[in-house]
Amino acid sequence: MTGPVASGLRAAPGWRETRRRVTDRAFRAALLLAFLAAVAPLLLVLGYTVYRGASHLSAAFLTHSMAGVPPSSAGGGIYHAIVGTVEMVLLSSLISVPVGLLAALYLTEFGRGWLPRSIRFFVDVMTGIPSIVAGLFVYAFLVLGLHRGYSGFAGALALAVLQLPVVIRASEDMLNLVPDALREASYALGIPQWRTVLSVVLPTSAAGLTTGVMLAVARVTGETAPLLLTSFDNTFINNNPFSGPQSALSVFIYNSAQQAYAPAVDRAWAAALTLIVLVIALYAGARILARRSALRQR
Amino acid sequence: MTAEPISPTSGALRHRGGWWSGDRAFRTTTLACGGLVLAVLAAIALFLVVQALPAFRADSTSFWTTRTWQPDATPAVFGIAAVAFGSLLSSAIALLLAFPVAVGVALFITEMAPRRVANLLGYLTDALAAVPSVVFGLWGLYWLVPRLTPLQQWLADHLGFIPLFSAPQGVPSPSRSIFAVSIVLAIMILPIIAAMSRETIRQVDPQIKEAALGLGATRWEVVRTAVLPVSRAGLFGAVILGLGRALGETIAVALVLGISFDVNAHLLVPGKNTIAANIATQFGEAGSTGRAALIASGLVLFAMTMVVSLLARWMLGREARRRGASR
Repeated sequence: MTGPVASGLRAAPGWRETRRRVTDRAFRAALLLAFLAAVAPLLLVLGYTVYRGASHLSAAFLTHSMAGVPPSSAGGGIYHAIVGTVEMVLLSSLISVPVGLLAALYLTEFGRGWLPRSIRFFVDVMTGIPSIVAGLFVYAFLVLGLHRGYSGFAGALALAVLQLPVVIRASEDMLNLVPDALREASYALGIPQWRTVLSVVLPTSAAGLTTGVMLAVARVTGETAPLLLTSFDNTFINNNPFSGPQSALSVFIYNSAQQAYAPAVDRAWAAALTLIVLVIALYAGARILARRSALRQR
Repeated sequence: MTAEPISPTSGALRHRGGWWSGDRAFRTTTLACGGLVLAVLAAIALFLVVQALPAFRADSTSFWTTRTWQPDATPAVFGIAAVAFGSLLSSAIALLLAFPVAVGVALFITEMAPRRVANLLGYLTDALAAVPSVVFGLWGLYWLVPRLTPLQQWLADHLGFIPLFSAPQGVPSPSRSIFAVSIVLAIMILPIIAAMSRETIRQVDPQIKEAALGLGATRWEVVRTAVLPVSRAGLFGAVILGLGRALGETIAVALVLGISFDVNAHLLVPGKNTIAANIATQFGEAGSTGRAALIASGLVLFAMTMVVSLLARWMLGREARRRGASR
């Protein structure tokens, strides 16, 4: 490259060239910095949660409730909150997964015209509802409107409002990956549409749909704001989601974090670690399933 | 959009059945579920309006301009001004902080990183989106705020002549300020802005980029001349989407911010409040008028995020349509 001919042909690197090169270098450095600035908080949040939470996490902590334990003293646990989170998330998924899947089927199988288009648009808009507004809605509807009082079920309804659009979007993306040739082959055999969906479309996209559902479950598992207004909080174990306030991991963290006592804050960190592990397990499971899926995106 | 598959309900392939058939039931059921989305949105608006009405009737002052929040006092005195101001201020600063970083991340992933690295980085930013907001709040309160105080002190000392950074009573330690809240919010909205920007930037026609590279453009020149001008609307949509998230974030703000009902531009001192955080913190102790007042403020928040969301989707949709048409 540095032979006599090459160097003879090459213009002397003037200030303009230098400036271009320097600008480009600066640009690349800025991108790298931006990236580090984005990853650093993730590592800091996860690292600090593990650091503060791990020492207070124990089998006793996971299997005991806060019944009779004042915030100022050590001991107690989050069993009641785990029960609440699991029951509310299950109930919420029981509502939003079937409804969301059917709605997604409507969008993919009857996707034309103004109605599907506006439904798709409003599903996108619905993903932007603040979680506290979902909580206020269920409070206004169930607690004030129908005089039902706080319950895990009210919390689950609020979570379902947040979960539904996520399920629809994820399922729609997955159903769109099913090749139309498969549907047409089924129609060619004279099979009605509902049977085609049941025995061709759904089985083909099953792994992808499961991934989408797990991501939607993970999304609501850590929600706090709507539960403050609907399931409230409880220091006792309440196994019945249909009657009386229930605690949840997120609400437990929120309320403990605001206590002025060190043992309460320690419990908040240990609960935060539990919640993060739960959410990450859901995400990792979804990713592993996605990799196994027969249908690939892009 | 892909072409519609031939459907047995269309034309000659129609499946014969009486007035009841599996297909008809299938269509009706799925339509009902799809329509439920519209119904839920309408119900949210309806129930918030109905349950907020008592508050509007009880309010002895103007809801839009009053800065205090004492709905359970007699006479009830409350208004949205202070909390709406705090919401807009914290969200605006969070956007200012997050947007450059998010676009940088999106460009880094699409334009610079090798494919394998890019995938890993995509997972990492997604993981940031997966962290529950209550954990961000906990981290913000116990890790970030104490470590941020020296920086806030420094800003107040050296840039105090700028109204935003002035601290008339000094910066206390720790300072649970709007500045700290905005940083936490910026971290939380970063993944969504980065993801939407990445989508927009990835859809830029590679031929334009290759043409620019072929003319001897550097990476920066490719981005400046070929990538950014084409993705402007999409990036704007991404920012607006981030704004919606920041406005609605509740728990992290409620934990990090030292709450008051001040209206001033001092970012570094504790105080101020947001609509969402106000609902979460006041709800427990509020009486019936207080709760109606909180629902009224939630209605305002709902309307704000709806407008923002509609705008964002419209921008992103316009971008997609324009791209579709030019192909």
